[in-house]
Amino acid sequence: MSTHDSSSADDGGLVQLLLPDGERIADAGYDKWVADVDDDQLKSLYEDMVVVRRIDTEATALQRQGELGLWPPLIGQEAAQIGSGRTLRQDDFVFASYRENGVAYCRGVEYTDLLRVWRGHTHSGWNPYDINMAPSQVIIGSQTLHATGYALGCQQDGVDTVAISYFGDGATSQGDPNEAMVFAASFQAPVIFFCQNNQWAISEPVGLQARAPIASRAPGFGIPSMRVDGNDVLAVMAATRIALDRARSGNGPTYIEAVTYRMGPHTTSDDPSRYVDVLEREGWQAKDPISRLEAYLQSRGLLTDEFTGRVNATADDVAAKVREGCLGLEPPEPLSVFDHVYSEPTSWLERQKDEYVQYLQTFEGGQ
Amino acid sequence: MIKDFKLPDLGEGLTESEIVKWQIAVGDTVELNQVIAEVETAKAVVDLPSPFAGKVTALHEAAGATVQVGAPIVSFDVPAEAGADDSGDGTAAGSGADSEGGTPEAKPERQSVLVGYGPAAESDGRPKRRRRSGNGGGAGSAGVAPQATAEPTPESATKPTPESAPEDPAEATPAAASPAQAAPAAASSNSAASKPAERPRSTPPVRKMAKDLGVDLTRVTGTGRDRLITRADVQAFADTAAAPETPGAQAPRSGTAEREVRIPIKGVRKHTAAAMVRSAFTAPHVSEFLTVDVTPTMELLAKLKDSSAFAGYRLTPLTIVSKALMVALARNPSLNSRWDEENGEIVQMNYVNLGIAAATPRGLVVPNIKDAEQLSLTGLSTALTDLTETARAGKTSPENLSGGTISITNIGVFGIDAGTPILNPGEAAILAMGAVRKQPWEYQGEIALRQMMTLSLSFDHRLVDGEQGSKFLADVGAILAEPGMVLTMV
Repeated sequence: MSTHDSSSADDGGLVQLLLPDGERIADAGYDKWVADVDDDQLKSLYEDMVVVRRIDTEATALQRQGELGLWPPLIGQEAAQIGSGRTLRQDDFVFASYRENGVAYCRGVEYTDLLRVWRGHTHSGWNPYDINMAPSQVIIGSQTLHATGYALGCQQDGVDTVAISYFGDGATSQGDPNEAMVFAASFQAPVIFFCQNNQWAISEPVGLQARAPIASRAPGFGIPSMRVDGNDVLAVMAATRIALDRARSGNGPTYIEAVTYRMGPHTTSDDPSRYVDVLEREGWQAKDPISRLEAYLQSRGLLTDEFTGRVNATADDVAAKVREGCLGLEPPEPLSVFDHVYSEPTSWLERQKDEYVQYLQTFEGGQ
Repeated sequence: MIKDFKLPDLGEGLTESEIVKWQIAVGDTVELNQVIAEVETAKAVVDLPSPFAGKVTALHEAAGATVQVGAPIVSFDVPAEAGADDSGDGTAAGSGADSEGGTPEAKPERQSVLVGYGPAAESDGRPKRRRRSGNGGGAGSAGVAPQATAEPTPESATKPTPESAPEDPAEATPAAASPAQAAPAAASSNSAASKPAERPRSTPPVRKMAKDLGVDLTRVTGTGRDRLITRADVQAFADTAAAPETPGAQAPRSGTAEREVRIPIKGVRKHTAAAMVRSAFTAPHVSEFLTVDVTPTMELLAKLKDSSAFAGYRLTPLTIVSKALMVALARNPSLNSRWDEENGEIVQMNYVNLGIAAATPRGLVVPNIKDAEQLSLTGLSTALTDLTETARAGKTSPENLSGGTISITNIGVFGIDAGTPILNPGEAAILAMGAVRKQPWEYQGEIALRQMMTLSLSFDHRLVDGEQGSKFLADVGAILAEPGMVLTMV
């Protein structure tokens, strides 16, 4: 939706339904898209956000303990991921980057499947067709092309399934998302470009690569866009539903820029204290997606001790399962690396495999 | 049940990390994921969460130690039921050969080799190979044998036994402690033989040409950009080789010595680099030079050395320069101040902690003499002698390495005249003393051979303007040119 009631925005067209202090503000254009969100749904959104943050801290700890090679934390982006992930239909298909563990959670991923890639055991943690979510894409931005292609397929099949692609602000400087937008607009593909602008492309601040709001680029491709407060779970839900509705009804792609903040490092190998201004981070801390929803629940009398206790217990339970599952993962056999390169063996690959077998035999206890 | 926490690879392919700070002590009871240490890798400073809940029974490394990935750093006493998986202890991570020694079937309790724990790094930073079953074992064990006796180093030589210094495991780890730590000693003894030379730089067509001509590219010196070996180089080499060999011309090319050596950035080198970068890019440096006829100072030194009052004291130009600096500082106090960014204040010190740059076997350190302005000439002499001897022995205490207010660097001992020294971080000025040389100079209206020294002063322009810096330098110079001038200054 390229136009909306600007009175609801404090930042030149930023859609907001929930202010950082938890105040719910009315918005004529967006309210109706979250009118069905009742107390129970609010509480369950809160629970999901708390749980994915807990998964994140546990996975980070596992990396620090040598159990994972790497982990890309999502802390600060829970509302953007849960708010959008929860609106998707089961047959919709997600093409995400490596940071969308919250979206994967919404898709019902097994915890161990979330981790095995980062333990170096496999190239893909899950069967994409089990949860309708492609393997995490580490190549920056290329999943936008995959999503657009999948959406074109849905269009050809005559189904109202939607493809959604998640990427970051850094990816918008890559060619792939721009090419994907050209094709998506040309064919009016049922695809959503969901950009989580977390302000940092590793150590490069977004302002260096985007002189104007990222959302303002899409109309140039002929794609309507929305710029929403990515730490406002209700605004994210509303925007995603608008985009889903447009795609399902045959009106083509939508671009959503969810303005959020990466509170942690780019990955566990990164040290943001070298480039992030402490004051900037504190400013975003005050806009935290979970504490904002917490304040809203409090104002509605929903934040009882019984409720928060139950949520925290659930989060701890999930964290324990994450740890247990991680420690229980069996490393793959070395030769299995050759198994899924091609659907059928090639002489070239067979030769490599033979050579690797011989190489392993040069070690004591080799195979 | 005792479980060891081995240092993981915290950042995709790192081989070591430095323990910055322990947040636990032996005897503490810790919870799962409780932060136990702050660790600095080449990439980041990170908190280390405990992988176990239990009681700390040992810390294997001291804060400040650089630890190889895979080396045990903490031992925990973990309640038995919590540790059903026996993977944490037992076989040392570094000795892959041992843990894989039997047949796979013979080890049903498979070791869950944690990420980053498999390859313990050798001194060259590469993962350690498992020992080959064939002919490789002999060479490997031969290389390991000599390490049982600790390689003599300046540090260990000054101590009666390695075990006598348990308070600093980073410096004098008993060599037999673990294979992972002992490896460097063995590797360094035969590093030239075991380390492959850098691959010659060339392009594929040139490599083909060399192959066709039977030229070994490792013997060819490249003349192209970045020592790239060109077609002409290969042709020239082939031509020379075809001609009768002239041993003299050939010798320099034939060596298989490494063209580059990679040295890990750590310890004093690392701290020096950080301090210099911080200083150079924080304090706007100004440097000034003054060449002084120090003949009167040298004459004074000669007199003092002969006098009974100074017998037994080591008096050098540095002693006089230090004293002159105290006098000049009292007249130009802004040179002895500090920029306090946090509080928006300039702190002017009414004491002088005189830093002296000392080149030691471990690298550059700048220990300082506390309250140096209160010392007499003999007091300064004693303090300077103590300071340099302590520094060279590597025993300077941390408090003497911090809190300096101004520094002197004696580049003259290297035969150098002048330079633009970089400020010791937090200090307003640093004075470099050049070498004392006999040079023709104007003296009483004639040209005479005089003993000359150039003083180089760098100061922080945030704190000191050209006027104060110049006056200070002129004062020091005036004293060295005529020590009696002190009478007009105090």
